[in-house]
Amino acid sequence: MKETVSSVVIKKEWDIVGARQAGRQLSQELGFGSVDQARIATAISELARNIYLYAKEGEISFEELYDLPKVGLKIVARDKGPGINDLSAVMQDGYSTSGGLGAGLPGVKRLMDEFDLVSDEEGTKVTAIKWARP
Amino acid sequence: MRVPILKLHNYLLVSIQIELDDQTAMQFQEDLLSKIHETGATGVVIDLTSVEVVDSFIAKVFGDVVSMADLMGAKVVFTGIQPAVSMTLIELGIYLKEVPTALDLEQGIIKLRQELEEK
Repeated sequence: MKETVSSVVIKKEWDIVGARQAGRQLSQELGFGSVDQARIATAISELARNIYLYAKEGEISFEELYDLPKVGLKIVARDKGPGINDLSAVMQDGYSTSGGLGAGLPGVKRLMDEFDLVSDEEGTKVTAIKWARP
Repeated sequence: MRVPILKLHNYLLVSIQIELDDQTAMQFQEDLLSKIHETGATGVVIDLTSVEVVDSFIAKVFGDVVSMADLMGAKVVFTGIQPAVSMTLIELGIYLKEVPTALDLEQGIIKLRQELEEK
């Protein structure tokens, strides 16, 4: 069973904070522990910053997942930006075209349980799922 | 929003108690360096007890502020990093090896004293 809960538009720098606060709140309501809440909030922050830096505009949406007894949170980051040229390079630690630490996408993959990245000239879609430990 | 920076003898004390967005973090970096310049402080303790999320950008700002302050002749120590923040940073792949840390404010001051006496 799936239920779309909410989405946050990423357009201004402050929206990065708004998105991670929304995700943190939601993960708390879903019963995630404090470490998982931090993992989720950090992952959202990285995804939202990527949108803001590379695509200027996009959206992060949240879905509650019920695969009982498991409960999860699915995060989808979508933009209509230029897309990622070299998909294997962006998944390497330390790779950055913006002077950052290059921890973003590979870091998000490690913080979350499931991770999927699709990108072409029409935009980029990152899907990440975290399951709550019962 | 600005992060308040307090002066105590030749140290500066900072406790970050607001949600840091990129702009606030950059502003803080600038404010701290100006304050070091203005006061001639030789040590800085930045307490992160209330900080729940440190992402790669904020981590970079923190790492940079250590190097920048170092160039000016001031030592920076971070204290009170939450267990969840520490776990998240390592999983992100950010080790902050050049960043001096201590368990809490008290230990941070002790560490600063030791580092400054060594010179």
